[in-house]
Amino acid sequence: MATAFSAPKFAAQPFTTISPTSQHKPLKIPTAASPFLGSTRKLLRLSSSSQLNLRRRSSGSVFAVSDVVKEKKPTPIPSLLITKEEGLELYEDMVLGRSFEDMCAQMYYRGKMFGFVHLYNGQEAVSTGFIKLLKQQDSVVSTYRDHVHALSKGVPARAVMSELFGKTTGCCRGQGGSMHMFSSEHNLIGGFAFIGEGIPVATGAAFTSKYKREVLKEADCDHVTLAFFGDGTCNNGQFFECLNMAALWKLPIVFVVENNLWAIGMSHLRATSDPQIYKKGPAFGMPGVHVDGMDVLKVREVAKEAIARARRGEGPTLVECETYRFRGHSLADPDELRDPTEKAHYAARDPITALKKYLIENNLSGEAELKAIDKKIDELLEDAVEFADESPLPPRSQLLENVFADPKGFGIGPDGRYRCEDPKFTQGTAHV
Amino acid sequence: MAAIFQGVGAAAPLSSSPSNSFDSNKSVFSPRRSFSVRKRASFAVVRSDGIVNLNPKGRSAQRLISNAVATKADSPAASSSSKPGHELLLFEALQEGLEEEMERDPRVCVMGEDVGHYGGSYKVTKGLAKRFGDLRVLDTPIAENSFTGMGIGAAMTGLRPVIEGMNMGFLLLAFNQISNNCGMLHYTSGGQFTIPVVIRGPGGVGRQLGAEHSQRLESYFQSIPGIQMVACSTPYNAKGLMKAAIRSENPVILFEHVLLYNLKERLPDEDYICNLEEAEMVRPGEHVTILTYSRMRYHVMQAAKTLVNKGYDPEVIDIRSLKPFDLHTIGNSVKKTHRVLIVEECMRTGGIGASLTAAITENFNDYLDAPIMCLSSQDVPTPYAGTLEEVTVVQPAQIVTAVEQICQ
Repeated sequence: MATAFSAPKFAAQPFTTISPTSQHKPLKIPTAASPFLGSTRKLLRLSSSSQLNLRRRSSGSVFAVSDVVKEKKPTPIPSLLITKEEGLELYEDMVLGRSFEDMCAQMYYRGKMFGFVHLYNGQEAVSTGFIKLLKQQDSVVSTYRDHVHALSKGVPARAVMSELFGKTTGCCRGQGGSMHMFSSEHNLIGGFAFIGEGIPVATGAAFTSKYKREVLKEADCDHVTLAFFGDGTCNNGQFFECLNMAALWKLPIVFVVENNLWAIGMSHLRATSDPQIYKKGPAFGMPGVHVDGMDVLKVREVAKEAIARARRGEGPTLVECETYRFRGHSLADPDELRDPTEKAHYAARDPITALKKYLIENNLSGEAELKAIDKKIDELLEDAVEFADESPLPPRSQLLENVFADPKGFGIGPDGRYRCEDPKFTQGTAHV
Repeated sequence: MAAIFQGVGAAAPLSSSPSNSFDSNKSVFSPRRSFSVRKRASFAVVRSDGIVNLNPKGRSAQRLISNAVATKADSPAASSSSKPGHELLLFEALQEGLEEEMERDPRVCVMGEDVGHYGGSYKVTKGLAKRFGDLRVLDTPIAENSFTGMGIGAAMTGLRPVIEGMNMGFLLLAFNQISNNCGMLHYTSGGQFTIPVVIRGPGGVGRQLGAEHSQRLESYFQSIPGIQMVACSTPYNAKGLMKAAIRSENPVILFEHVLLYNLKERLPDEDYICNLEEAEMVRPGEHVTILTYSRMRYHVMQAAKTLVNKGYDPEVIDIRSLKPFDLHTIGNSVKKTHRVLIVEECMRTGGIGASLTAAITENFNDYLDAPIMCLSSQDVPTPYAGTLEEVTVVQPAQIVTAVEQICQ
């Protein structure tokens, strides 16, 4: 239960070594250049049962979400965590996320997209690690930093890019924009601009899953919902209220905290009385797990267990992923507050470089194959931009559509007809 | 002379507003609309002792009419001996509507504080948890913002929740979810997700409940694009609106009133709904149009008695749909009487009356003989003291004075 996850002390955690009062003290980087934490030497062989147990000695521990924490036994022949196909899938997804975001930045500065654009560079391991384990019918709820969650969930790059350009072929017909990515086909339930706002919606999606199983008797309904949000959100009431409800009713949801240590310019330490977010899970009766969010394989292991737990009906899990965003909060953020040493530290832990190294070192793939994937993604993005460029802008007639699912909601006009029957309605010029 | 009134509404096949009578010392006659699903084709007869004076200025004030509205002396087929239908109190009507919809569609569920085991703080959900189970009638913790958001998420993924605010005022805590998610997500998702929620709860000024429990939130919610608002006032329209709201694909906020839960009325046995976008003609008349909703309807009808005795003939419309306004019914009335009085419980500033005044002025300015008068509650937090509370809301005497003023 919850007690399995009371965290022992970590050897080195970046945020505990920073004094909250001074932001400019150099970050105490854990000794020796951090070894790539996904390397097999440090991880144990997986048991075939669903009870994983992996414990690391050094920083960034992974805790298995299981009832009994077994003592770790070093094994002579470590086996790999992923197969070649899986490895390539993960690699491709992360490269897609990174390249897409870089392309977004380019397009923004060229004046193709406007407003607030929040990029995900550096955090790809979390998105890929979790979402690639989901089925189509599982749901994902995100925040404004949602492009990569959309891509991982399967929304085509073309649709996301068009949406960012504000074209009518975008996944939300151009009406949502960067911060409101939705896809009913892929069960991506947003895209929310206010932080914390999506967590109750995710709780509702999980509630539907439970309802379908227990009330509508769709016995095989085991859809899981993932809610992604940041460290700043973890001080918001909606977060706590939903932790309570999810644990109370054992909803099939995983709360994934992407702790990148900064909420725009507010350091997590300056905003939070107890910065260890995963500890807040057991307070509500669910396991709280901390994982190195720069390591896709670790994230994936934790995600597997958390998602399996939810599918079995055992309830929610709180997973805190320690990660970092390489860029500013948004494209409008000059990003002057963060210490360059801190940035350098995390840049050295780039998840894509790390996975690449893992794949090559373990002979799962070669330089050439990975380069081919890079090229493929580049072409995909070129195509996406071209598609978005050539797509039409929404016409005026689109203005009033979609305000109501049932447009009778615009009411009855003075002439006795429903306003939506007014021919001007379809032109977008009706008075409503 | 008898004038037969036929309510002309929009093409709403299922709307019907038959005669209803209350036990609360008022006899209100609602003429039937022409599109009635009910087989009985009776219609309302307005009787007066003399000729209805079409000229408000030269009125002969000596026709004393004993009832504010017509007496159904010889209504055909309806009521009397066979007494079809069943009598229900308003909260029971709401419960019946909710129960019927829950039977009809297994995706309809209820969530709110104390809706399950307690049966609802005003007993609207009494017995439902026993019947449908604890998951379908969900007792939530006290977290309005989150459980409203949860209802919205559930609606987006296939369910049809009815979210109860124990008091409408508590929904202020859910304003984030109602405004941002409920109203907007259908639009920002490009139409991919629908949010068929019903958000309901009692509001309005009660009997010395104090300022925070006596709020009128219609005005706060009315600007949110993407939602519909309706206010029920009789058991008949309470049940009808509840059912229509549940069946609607749009998010609907249903405003009930704390003081109206014990009104009794005879309801038909068969299935019916009240159209969400239509207003209800309560009493046809010639001299002045009085637009009202919820509890103020009863103050207006009380004032109407006095007015009729003084020789006026007010037309009373219960607008029911607070957003959007039924400009057809309202417009026809304005074109007939040329004078408008709005009586509401909402605050003066930015209230429903203010919006309605603007809408009528924009659309029917040419038909008005006098400026629109709007009687609203005072812009004060509702005081606890009974005397002060009484003068916070509009009282029948004020309505009478206003009509006299407007008809000069």
